[in-house]
Amino acid sequence: MDIEIYTNLAYIVAAALFIFGLKMLGSPATARRGNAFSSMAMLIAVIAGLIGSQAVSYEVIIVGILVGALIGTLSARLVAMTSMPELVALFNGSGGASSLLVGWATLYYSEGEVVPTFTAATIVLAILIGGLTFTGSLIAYGKLSERINSAALVFSGQRVLNSALLLAIVACAFLFCREPSATSVYLYALLGLALLLGVMAVIPIGGADMPVVISLLNSYSGIAACAAGFAVGNNILIVAGALVGASGIILTNIMCKAMNRSLANVLFSGFGAAKTAKAVEGEVKPISVEDAYYILEAASNVCFVPGYGMAVAQAQHVVKELGKILEANGCEVSYAIHPVAGRMPGHMNVLLAEADVPYEQLVEMDDINPRIENVDVAIVIGANDVVNPSARQDPDSPIYGMPIINVDQARTVFVLKRSMASGFSGVDNPLFFGDNTRMLFGDAKESISGVIGEFG
Amino acid sequence: MDIIFLTFILVLSVFLGFELISKVPATLHTPLMSGANAISGITLAGAFLAAGATDNDMASWLGGAAVAFATINVIGGYLVTDRMLGMFKSKRGQ
Repeated sequence: MDIEIYTNLAYIVAAALFIFGLKMLGSPATARRGNAFSSMAMLIAVIAGLIGSQAVSYEVIIVGILVGALIGTLSARLVAMTSMPELVALFNGSGGASSLLVGWATLYYSEGEVVPTFTAATIVLAILIGGLTFTGSLIAYGKLSERINSAALVFSGQRVLNSALLLAIVACAFLFCREPSATSVYLYALLGLALLLGVMAVIPIGGADMPVVISLLNSYSGIAACAAGFAVGNNILIVAGALVGASGIILTNIMCKAMNRSLANVLFSGFGAAKTAKAVEGEVKPISVEDAYYILEAASNVCFVPGYGMAVAQAQHVVKELGKILEANGCEVSYAIHPVAGRMPGHMNVLLAEADVPYEQLVEMDDINPRIENVDVAIVIGANDVVNPSARQDPDSPIYGMPIINVDQARTVFVLKRSMASGFSGVDNPLFFGDNTRMLFGDAKESISGVIGEFG
Repeated sequence: MDIIFLTFILVLSVFLGFELISKVPATLHTPLMSGANAISGITLAGAFLAAGATDNDMASWLGGAAVAFATINVIGGYLVTDRMLGMFKSKRGQ
C-alpha cells in the first residue's frame, strides 16, 4: 500500500511536468526546454512505474529497454530531416503496438481471477486502437517512403468489406467481454481484425492527405495508451494518453480546415481517385535562369512558397542561400508556408529551420495573403495544390474551397517545376498559364543554384 | 468507484490537452507532434507489470515486447524532437 502511494505521488509530479513541457512547446523560444521537461516527466513516471510494479525478475525488462533504446537512438540520430514524416509514423506505430501488448498481457497475469467486464472492455479497446495504430502507421510509413504506391487505393466493395469488418469487431468484442480469458478464441479474432482494420483504414487515403492521417494516428496512439491505462488501472497512462489524444485531434482538425474538407471526406473518399475537374488549357511562358536573375535583382520583396517538391529536391539549403543574397541586395525576403504543405504538419518549417532560416521569416498563409499584392516575386518551389487558383475559381475542381496562398495575385510568379505534369492530387493548375507566371523548368536545386551563380 | 475516479481523470486531461495545444503556432507543428508522440510511449510505465512477472511466461514475453516497443517510441521520440528543436533559431541568435 505504501509503495502505491509513493508511485502515485511521483505520477502527480510527472503529470505536472508533462503539462509544463507541452505548454513550453508552444513557443519557439522555450520549445527545446519544454521537450526536456517532458522527457524528465517520462523518466520519473517510468521509474515510478518500475518500482510500483514490484517486478520480481528484471531480465526481460532490461533486455526490452536495451533493444528499444538502441533502435530508438539510432533512428533518431540517423534520419534525414526530409524523412521526418516516415520516422514519426514508425514511432507512432511502435507506441500503438506497445499499448496492444500491454492490454493483451493483462489477461495473462490476472489468470485465475475473474476479469471484470469493465476491464475486459478496456482491454478490447487497447487491443483495437493499438492494433489499428500499429498497422495503420506501417501503411502510412510505406506510402510516405514510397515503398508502396502512395496513391489512394479504392476498389469496389470496399465499403461493404469495411462495414463487415466493423460488425465482426463489435461482435467479437461483445462475445469476448462476456467471457474474458486469455484463451478465448474471440481474443485472437480481435487481434487479427484490429491489425486488418489499420490496413483497411489507411490504404484508401492518398499521399497528399498524409498530414491528416499522421495527426490522426498520433491521436490514436494516445487514446490507445489511455485505454491501456484503464486496463491496468494506471493514472499516468490515462493523463498522458489523453493529452496526446487531444493534441492529435486538434492537429487533425487544423489540417482538415486547411484543406476545406471534413475528416470523413479525407478518411473515406479516396480523394483524387475519381473526380474530374475542368481541363486547363493555355500557353506556359518559360523563363531562363538569366532572365529570372534580372527580375530578382530588381525585386524589393520576394516570397518563397515551398512544397513537398522542395523536400524531394533537397533544395532547402540553396533556397536559403538565395534568400540571403536577396536580403544583402536590399530585398525583403519571407517564406510563406501553407498548413498542409509537405507530408506532415509543419514539415516545411523543419526543413527551412534545418537550413538556418530564422523562424521570424516563416510566415503563415493568413499573414501573407492580405499583403501578397506587394510581393514583387513569389517563387513557388515544388508546391502545386496549395497555390492552385482553381480552389477559388472553379466550383468543379476537387480542391474548390480549400484556402490557398494567393501567389497568382503577386506581381510576378516563378514556378519551379521539373516538367508539366499535374500535382499530387492530379488536378490541373491554371496558375501555370497565368499572365504574370513564368515557368522555370528543371530540377529546383539546379535552377536556384543557377540563379545564385548569376548573382555571383 | 475506481471507474468513476479514472474517468474523472480522463475527462479533465482531455480538456487540459485541448487548452494546451490549441495555441501552438504552425511553425512548431512537427516538433509538437513528435514530442506528443514520445509522450504516448508512457505505456512503458504500464508494461513493467507484465514484463516483471515470473510466474507466467506468456505475460513476460508480451510485456518484454511492449517494453521494447514503448522504449523505441520514448527514446526515439524525445531525441528526434530535441534534434529538430535545436535547429529552430531566432534572427537575434544568429
